[in-house]
Amino acid sequence: MSTENPVAIRFKDVSRHFGDVRAVDRVDLEIADGEFFTMLGPSGSGKTTCLRMVAGFDNPTSGQIFLHGQEVSNLPPYERQVNTVFQDYALFPHMTVLDNVAYGLMVRNVPKTQREKQANDMLDLVRLPGLGKRKPSQLSGGQRQRVALARALILKPRVLLLDEPLGALDLKLRQEMQVELKVLQGQVGITFVYVTHDQEEALTMSDRLAVFNLGKIEQVGSPSEIYESPASEFVAGFVGVSNLIRGQVAKQITGIESTFSIRPEKIHILKENEKAPQGTYTAKGRITDVIYLGMYTRYEVDIESGNTITVAQQNLTTTGGKAVAAKGQIVNLFWEKDHCTQILKKIASE
Amino acid sequence: MKKIVSLHPSPFQRFSNFLYSHPRIALLLLLGPPMLWMLGIYISSLLTMLVQSFYRLDDFTGQIVRQFTLSTYAQLLTASNLDIVRRTAFMALAVTGATLLIAFPLAYYMARYANTRVKALLYLAVTLPLWSSYLVKVYAWKLILAKEGILSWTVAQLHLTGLMDWLLGLPGIGGPSLSISPIGIFLVFVYVWLPYMVLPIQAALERVPKSLLEASSDLGAKPPKSFRHVTLPLAFPGIVAGSLFTFSLTLGDFIVPSVMGNSSFFIGQAVLSHQGTSGNIPLAAAMTSVPMVIMAVYLLFARRLGALDAF
Repeated sequence: MSTENPVAIRFKDVSRHFGDVRAVDRVDLEIADGEFFTMLGPSGSGKTTCLRMVAGFDNPTSGQIFLHGQEVSNLPPYERQVNTVFQDYALFPHMTVLDNVAYGLMVRNVPKTQREKQANDMLDLVRLPGLGKRKPSQLSGGQRQRVALARALILKPRVLLLDEPLGALDLKLRQEMQVELKVLQGQVGITFVYVTHDQEEALTMSDRLAVFNLGKIEQVGSPSEIYESPASEFVAGFVGVSNLIRGQVAKQITGIESTFSIRPEKIHILKENEKAPQGTYTAKGRITDVIYLGMYTRYEVDIESGNTITVAQQNLTTTGGKAVAAKGQIVNLFWEKDHCTQILKKIASE
Repeated sequence: MKKIVSLHPSPFQRFSNFLYSHPRIALLLLLGPPMLWMLGIYISSLLTMLVQSFYRLDDFTGQIVRQFTLSTYAQLLTASNLDIVRRTAFMALAVTGATLLIAFPLAYYMARYANTRVKALLYLAVTLPLWSSYLVKVYAWKLILAKEGILSWTVAQLHLTGLMDWLLGLPGIGGPSLSISPIGIFLVFVYVWLPYMVLPIQAALERVPKSLLEASSDLGAKPPKSFRHVTLPLAFPGIVAGSLFTFSLTLGDFIVPSVMGNSSFFIGQAVLSHQGTSGNIPLAAAMTSVPMVIMAVYLLFARRLGALDAF
């Protein structure tokens, strides 16, 4: 990075209370310059409030927020060098697409010909050339999304905030836009802060992500860190599917009385008479359900000690309805020791 | 087991099935009564009135001459009639401007800041005057504004009687007291038409998502600029709707000027006296067409500004 301060956004002990509700509860966070950073969490977890405090639509009850080293905690939005893509796009319905995109320049008194030229360039960048004369109501959801992006990027902000921008789009379009946004971020080379409740989206796009729950950050890390080594039961359950093994069951399997998380696809299934390799964790159980899901088949296995474990097996060799094991069969399960993550943090629900 | 299709439909079911498969007949049933009302009673009486305005009154016999003529319209152009038109139009304009100035901040507060309870209270406060009779309100104002009324008394307590006398001494709008002056008419009009301005503006502002203002601010616009470029244009249809009410209601009213006014007529009073006392129906009809023309011009103007485009 060419900037002297590599930290783009810093939260220092930030809280935001709405009456008795602690929407954001003592959050500390650093987002690096040029990073694609995602705030992931269920609704009401505080991720959107955090984003709104960076934009300036909301102010912290306590704590400080820094943008590129400068404190902005109580600055109004129009004095911050960040721009936002809104969940509902928030395009001005009474203006043409071109006027929408050029709005930030118009506010700054840039002459008409110049701002329209720049706005047209932005429309080219988001691959909407020639639609400038239309009204937002004449565009499709995906097109509006791009207009909102162009409008936010025209001011060349150092940080772009995106509040669930793909939420209203259908799955196919959403997946296309995910890739496109990632590419666009590389092109413009600025920090993207992306808010979503969709864990798949978060894993697909982010350099790093923070998982929010009940106003607090449960874990910050790269997608693989979050997925492979969840720091809390909440993260294990919210990001992907996870088997949690607790207490005595865990002691039987691993020898330690603690909580462990193991991902369904890391577990192998063996027939009753087959032996698991040395140096792995094993469990014996009965298959209670077999669900064919196309790319893989999901098995629900009741292990002897009373827990149900979900196992996912990719359908590499099996075809049709044929599974490696049938409902009611007794099977041996095993998995590599280092695929199993010990969870030290409890659910943050105090 | 529940029956999914009834084998023996009741007459009512049969009727609704029939309507479902004959949408044109359903439409006719829906629109028939209101169209009959609009065309038969409303439009046709309007047309009858317009026809009347092209007749004339014979000055000698006092009979209406049923022959096409523009002479009645020519009478509108006499100095005294033009005076009436000018006075009424100016009053309508002033009342519209004043109600707008009072209504907008109130509507803005209701739409943007008030919580549900305060909003309900304000709704009540705004519409409460509509619950009582219009005449009662006008006569109540007559008492409030009278020389011995509470307003004069308050003004005297504040030692502002000099200011009031100066105001009442102004030519054209003054008079012996507030209750007999154009200022009084103006005050009462502003009072009685205020709800008709507040409600449409409030409805228009309510439909402006908060995120639009956030977006404007996010893109660098300070509050005055956001107001000018986002709030105002989006509230504009509401402002136009409200001003249509206040403007047309003032143009046609004859009660307030006759209760609060002096001997200078407003259009409504002129219409009343021409069709009643002097039996000059053609001139009354021609006079009535004046507010209609003014409103038509106003609507065309509003349309050109884009206020009537629904988006």
